[in-house]
Amino acid sequence: MGLEAKLKNDGFITTTVDAIVGWSRKNSVWPMPMGISCCAIEMMASGDPKYDIARFGSEVMRFTPRQCDLMIVAGTVTYKMSHVVKKIYDQMPDPKWVIAMGACTSTGGMYRSYSVVQGIDQFLPVDIYLAGCPPRPDNLLNALIQIQDKIGRSKAREFQNIPMPELPILQNN
Amino acid sequence: MIEQYLPVFLVLGFAIIFAGAVIVSSGIFGPQRPNPEKLSTYESGMKPVGTTNERISVKYYLVGMLFIIFDLEVIFVYPWAVQFKKLFNEFGMPVFYSMLVFLIVLELGYLYAYKKGGFKWD
Repeated sequence: MGLEAKLKNDGFITTTVDAIVGWSRKNSVWPMPMGISCCAIEMMASGDPKYDIARFGSEVMRFTPRQCDLMIVAGTVTYKMSHVVKKIYDQMPDPKWVIAMGACTSTGGMYRSYSVVQGIDQFLPVDIYLAGCPPRPDNLLNALIQIQDKIGRSKAREFQNIPMPELPILQNN
Repeated sequence: MIEQYLPVFLVLGFAIIFAGAVIVSSGIFGPQRPNPEKLSTYESGMKPVGTTNERISVKYYLVGMLFIIFDLEVIFVYPWAVQFKKLFNEFGMPVFYSMLVFLIVLELGYLYAYKKGGFKWD
């Protein structure tokens, strides 16, 4: 039943605070485009008119962590870069979520190398792992929808009392 | 008369109530967990270096003062040069000498600035 039909019948609607806060949170996810390498090209493509990430309310890619909810880590994270990624994640306001986009970000991918972090979950709390090398833009949209489902299920004041995650700082080897 | 402005007041009231509600509700529902790392300066993920209160030398002061000399020269010499043939036919050589005196006075100021080191900008 749509909103108009509901209003026509009763004249008012009732909801819970959790539902309305979750609804507004999940439809205004502003991503932090942590585009490190080639996955960032597909991330940019997800903003174009063909895939149109604006349909999900996430077209506002903010280049400052202060205004972001969702960090899309797109690309190969080296040990040197991991400190930057972690610092930017720390500077984002709570509550915040992370998408590990692509094989390199999720597992290190084909770079079984001394310089590449074998999966960013070694230093970040990842919500969605996104397969592909690189993943197609519609894959990224799928990940965004999954994140939205997760956000929509959260309680309004759920993030108030959870402790700060203890994130390890990687040492370069 | 005042009834005509009712829509304006409605819009104004709605804007104030909506903005206030958004700010208050984000204060209620948003978790505030400040920590040193989050409050640190955003410098693209790097550690910020140095202070923001660095003094830089202002070269514009000297440039602006010296500009006055050449500006005055252009303002007076250009119309004089345009009308020179007509004035020369009428008054003769004094037209040339009077401008020469004016330029010499300006050149004295130029030489003074040069002697003071006004053109060493580095």
